[in-house]
Amino acid sequence: MEHDQFKFIFKMAAVQGGMVDAKDELDIKSEPPSDGFGNSNANDGRLLSSSPGAGTGGTATGNNKPAPGPPEEQQTLLAVLQFLKKSKLAESAEILRREAGLPEDALDPKGTDASGSGPGLAAGSGQVDGVDASSLLSRVTVSSSAAAQAPKKAGEDQPDVSVVLSAYSQQGDPSLYDAYYSGLKRFIESVLDCHRAELSQLFYPLFVHMYLELVYNNNESVAKAFFEKFSGDQECYYEQDLRILSSLTKKEHMKGNETLLDFRTSKFVLRISRDSYQLLKRHLQERQNNQIWNIIQEHLYIDIFDGMPRSKSQIDAMSGSLAGEARREANKAKVFYGLLKEPEIELPLDDEDEEAENEEGKPKKKKPKKDSMGSKSKKQDPNAPLQTRIPLPELKDSDKLDKIMYMKESTKRIRLGSDNLPSICFYTFLNAYQGLTAVDVTDDSSLIAGGFADSTVRVWSVTPKKLRKVKSAADLNLIDKESDDVLERIMDEKTASELKILYGHSGPVYGISFSPDRNYLLSSSEDGTIRLWSLQTFTCLVGYKGHNYPVWDTQFSPYGYYFVSGGHDRVARLWATDHYQPLRIFAGHLADITCTRFHPNSNYVATGSSDRTIRLWDVLNGNCVRIFTGHKGPIHALAFSPNGKFLASGATDGRVLLWDIGHGLMVGELKGHTDTIYSLRFSRDGEILASGSMDNTVRLWDAMKAFDDLETDDFTAATGHIHLQDNSQELLLGTYMTKSTPVLHLHFTRRNLLLAAGAYNP
Amino acid sequence: CNREERRFAEVSRDSVKLMAESAGLELGDEVAALLAEDVCYRLREAAQSSAQFMRHAKRKKLTVDDFNKALRWSNVEAICGYGAQDAMLFRSVKEGELFFVEDRDINLIELALATNIPKGCAETMVRGMFTLLSSVVAPCSVPAAVQSLSDDLLKYYQQITRAILGEDPHLMKVALQDLQSNSKIAALLPYFVYVISGVKSVSHDLEQLNRLLHMVKSLVQNPYLYLGSYVRSLVSSVMYCILEPLAASINPLNDHWTLRDYAALLLSHIFWTHGDLVSGLYRQILLSLQKVLSDPVRPLCSHYGAVVGLHALGWKAVERVLFPHLPAYWANLQAVLDDYSVSNAQVKADGHKVYGAILVAVERLLKMKALSLPQPAEGCSSSQPGCLAGPMGYRVSSPGLSPPPEPLAEAGLGIASHLQAGGAGCQWEEWSPVPLPAMYSELYSFFGDSLAVRFSTEQSFGGFSPCTPSHFRETRKEPLGHVSNPDTTRKMPQLTANLNISPRQDGSPRTDPPPPSLAATGSVRSLARSSMQRSRASSSRSGQRSIGLSRDVFPKARFTSPHSGPPTFSFVIGGRQMGRRCQGRRPFQTIFVPTPPPPVVLPRVYTHKLPVIGRVCKPLRRWTRSHYSLHLPL
Repeated sequence: MEHDQFKFIFKMAAVQGGMVDAKDELDIKSEPPSDGFGNSNANDGRLLSSSPGAGTGGTATGNNKPAPGPPEEQQTLLAVLQFLKKSKLAESAEILRREAGLPEDALDPKGTDASGSGPGLAAGSGQVDGVDASSLLSRVTVSSSAAAQAPKKAGEDQPDVSVVLSAYSQQGDPSLYDAYYSGLKRFIESVLDCHRAELSQLFYPLFVHMYLELVYNNNESVAKAFFEKFSGDQECYYEQDLRILSSLTKKEHMKGNETLLDFRTSKFVLRISRDSYQLLKRHLQERQNNQIWNIIQEHLYIDIFDGMPRSKSQIDAMSGSLAGEARREANKAKVFYGLLKEPEIELPLDDEDEEAENEEGKPKKKKPKKDSMGSKSKKQDPNAPLQTRIPLPELKDSDKLDKIMYMKESTKRIRLGSDNLPSICFYTFLNAYQGLTAVDVTDDSSLIAGGFADSTVRVWSVTPKKLRKVKSAADLNLIDKESDDVLERIMDEKTASELKILYGHSGPVYGISFSPDRNYLLSSSEDGTIRLWSLQTFTCLVGYKGHNYPVWDTQFSPYGYYFVSGGHDRVARLWATDHYQPLRIFAGHLADITCTRFHPNSNYVATGSSDRTIRLWDVLNGNCVRIFTGHKGPIHALAFSPNGKFLASGATDGRVLLWDIGHGLMVGELKGHTDTIYSLRFSRDGEILASGSMDNTVRLWDAMKAFDDLETDDFTAATGHIHLQDNSQELLLGTYMTKSTPVLHLHFTRRNLLLAAGAYNP
Repeated sequence: CNREERRFAEVSRDSVKLMAESAGLELGDEVAALLAEDVCYRLREAAQSSAQFMRHAKRKKLTVDDFNKALRWSNVEAICGYGAQDAMLFRSVKEGELFFVEDRDINLIELALATNIPKGCAETMVRGMFTLLSSVVAPCSVPAAVQSLSDDLLKYYQQITRAILGEDPHLMKVALQDLQSNSKIAALLPYFVYVISGVKSVSHDLEQLNRLLHMVKSLVQNPYLYLGSYVRSLVSSVMYCILEPLAASINPLNDHWTLRDYAALLLSHIFWTHGDLVSGLYRQILLSLQKVLSDPVRPLCSHYGAVVGLHALGWKAVERVLFPHLPAYWANLQAVLDDYSVSNAQVKADGHKVYGAILVAVERLLKMKALSLPQPAEGCSSSQPGCLAGPMGYRVSSPGLSPPPEPLAEAGLGIASHLQAGGAGCQWEEWSPVPLPAMYSELYSFFGDSLAVRFSTEQSFGGFSPCTPSHFRETRKEPLGHVSNPDTTRKMPQLTANLNISPRQDGSPRTDPPPPSLAATGSVRSLARSSMQRSRASSSRSGQRSIGLSRDVFPKARFTSPHSGPPTFSFVIGGRQMGRRCQGRRPFQTIFVPTPPPPVVLPRVYTHKLPVIGRVCKPLRRWTRSHYSLHLPL
């Protein structure tokens, strides 16, 4: 039942988000409120038992008790009631109705199309069923859009799923679509060069919407002709979507198609200068071209700015996402990207490790002088969040020991630079016939784990120290608990081995992550669960169920305790290891979340998605604080720079993009890879960015230079118009081929040696 | 269907009908067409979502498994039985225009009774492979699993060490050659360094020491090795060979001098090529050398090592350490040299070695300083090839330039710590450069004409003299000024011999700089000369380190007799004329010895017995016409 309750909450949030959109629609030029999507917080206050109310800061917090108030809210309630009723959740509907104080007859179904899906959500079972492939997920989004459309349509006070589609119904003569589109095309091609690039952005969304209208109105042959005629004009980076679109020729198919739903539920965002917009408006009014004007009004969001129109390259750099560019307002929120202050730990002066080295028969090395870079965050960073902004776990004694080890190691760190590249140690997974799908390495590089398509997780020790289990309970009773080496005594020497296999998942393991203290391992799988494994006993401790679809990625917070996951259900979830339900739900992406990363200060989470956007979420209140568009393919790799200022992202388009988090701008583009980038990692001091790809190469980039050359003037910061210079070749420091081994993971050791991993793929 | 639609796989109406029939259903054309279209769409949809599973499995090949997963998540029953990794054979039958997947029957009985039981798949494992990028390796930061030596490496290590320390010289050569060029021995570096640090245990065996030094050389020259902090260890081993009173040097027949020279050369090579790896290295080396030099208790061979070490490190090192120390040291050396007792013969011979080494070092110092004065940059860079260029293929280095900047806070006396007992570190004196004229006059006071000889002659024979005869004439006159003042000269025995410093002739440190540009040379000389004269005049007044003072340093001097006879007496003896090259000396000779005495040709045997001081650059045979004049009441 938890699931259902949870889904309900999610739905609430989505509906409210839709409401926000609906209001925007009334005036295209009005300043919209901050991106309302995905501000849903399930289980308020659960994150912070110590600081109550922390989760209520969002604009659209999921609240279980909506009070009937303004008409909009009533609409929302009605939508929910409608949905509940349709889903045969009569009891819940009744409760809601009673609590909201709505009249008995509030739910008088007048909906025309019953959405074709049978019982949407079987109560009590986590399973999704229904004839329709769209299943729960799609329905949720559909209903939210339905609510969004509702207030606009005169006389339609019963929002329904079908409304969104019926928006297409009363359009004009299908045979004229061709003429409309060509007319606009002629106009745009005839305007001044400076406006042409901007107005050309209209082509794709208009094309898609007109095509869909034709399909919806059962003009299949016209639609096909339309597609044939104009699909060639579209930008090449929309090819993927166009292919999906072209296979869609029947009204019946539209209902279950997720891509289509993405077009419908989100308004395509265009950024156009005021001059260009006036030009367009005048043209459309002169020609009485209501058809196109309607589409622009209803389905596009035009973000108008004052100033110089942007050039083609500027537009191309930012476009490519499923729903156009990010609205400028979406990136205005303040982000505390600074690092948290490290706790001060006395560095003991014993030199045990050096003695250990001498035992190995090597000549005694002179101890290098300790330099000051080891402790970088002595004083509070002005951009850092408050230390207590989100509660972090207390440091244990073992953590302190590890910190000391870390500091010792970092004194021996190699200064990298363009003339001093790191050596690479490549860990090849041999005989991985079952398919290696994920790799992770502990921070101290002592353990390496692989997730496999045969549902197993395998953990290797790469040091001579073998992996041992804790003794059984009976044996533990026998040992002397007062002895100094009790931690050593509890380990069962008989179980020592280099490899431990963890069984438990029932689908390929797509994401794994070690906890910072090396005691736990997380794995996310196609089976929809995330599992927490103990590396002391090598058993599964918890299975986190919440995603009902494959979970593509998961990662531990750099401070442990929290972790984030994201998957096919388009939401990312924030969990704490001791809660079986998520603390936050980050909803807003229009397609699968393919990768998730924690910000170094643990206050933010970045998610990359198949909708070709990256979003940054605030852990505290669940808000989406950044939306980065520019990738032309699903994003599969993310990496924060060690100073927390920058984000690097890699996608199937083979490009690495660099982002300035503070300003919310794209600051670099690294071209060179010829296939999907699956791993990105900054060196420990942030001088080098390493990228690993499906094209069997590791490439090293001069991150210092990429960020140094940066000049962010106020204008750029204010408008978000970037000028990217094409200096990939200068920034590329090296390309290193593997032998038919895709690079799945990269890791810099504490001394800045680069570890790479992948499975030999003959 | 039209052609454009062929972009997608199509299930035709007929196929649908056929399938329906096989299930016992009869479909109308219209229904079949609709169904066919829907099936096509669903297939494409499933294919698209299965691509997602492929991408997340980090594969480029779409497998049946991916498709099954996509079907499962869209609530369609998965197709069972096609999970094979290999592609299914897709065959066509021409007659029927039929395509099918070959699905052969498997004879289970045969399989069960088969004798060739297939082996299980190999265990999934992780293997680390090190790739050295550019020159940076962090041997110490490699996880131990990677670092543990493979069998091959271990074998290689054993073979190499055996070959180098073994009997067969040819094998040794091969081994050294390989050590110099092998790119895969980074992991062995600590082991080799450890072997080399064994010099301390074989100080009795010159041959072994030599081999170990050669091993150092090979390692240093290997372009694929990153020595890192091992430079310290190597330097310490080399310093040991330079400075220590080796057990082997007890026997005067052992040519430990050559070893020291070679080690000194090696030291400078290591320093100039790898000195930047360890901060403070230059300072530490100089400190160690200075410490040895200032320690009168140490045997002369150690002093010799210190001097050649300084010499090899470049003239700046000589100027900085040796020159300020010279007055103090001179007294001790003088005592040794002036002791003519038989028991002292061996020590005295050693003393002559030291004397020669100092002379060579000091002469180059003067020359380089003179060159560097007007055009420091050019003088410095021009000194470089002369000093270090050799068959060893040194990296670009700049001995003339000041050493790489290093933090002065660095006080660790890591190098040759065995030399610095008790750690009562040498004081690192504040040092300020002495102007050339003052330096020259001071040195002249020590070495007298023997210095002048080299100063003038070496410059003239270098092959770049022809166009500046006038300058040379002036230069040649210069010594006259000193000579005419007999008081200032120290009559030192003039001995010449060929000191073969490195096994290979051209590996020896050559002092003569390559020909600088002619104009520069000319001006340098005249300038240097005039400034010298000027300062000489002034220095005698200021008495800063006046000639008179410096004489007092040698109270035991027997040959200085202010009231001695005419200066001609001493300079006949002091001749160091070497065949053609002595032309520059002729005016000098004609003045003092109007008719040169018949050359005193020493018997070869005797020459050999002579302790050898200094050295010349040319092979021995050039000397046949030399006049050996000795004033050695042995």
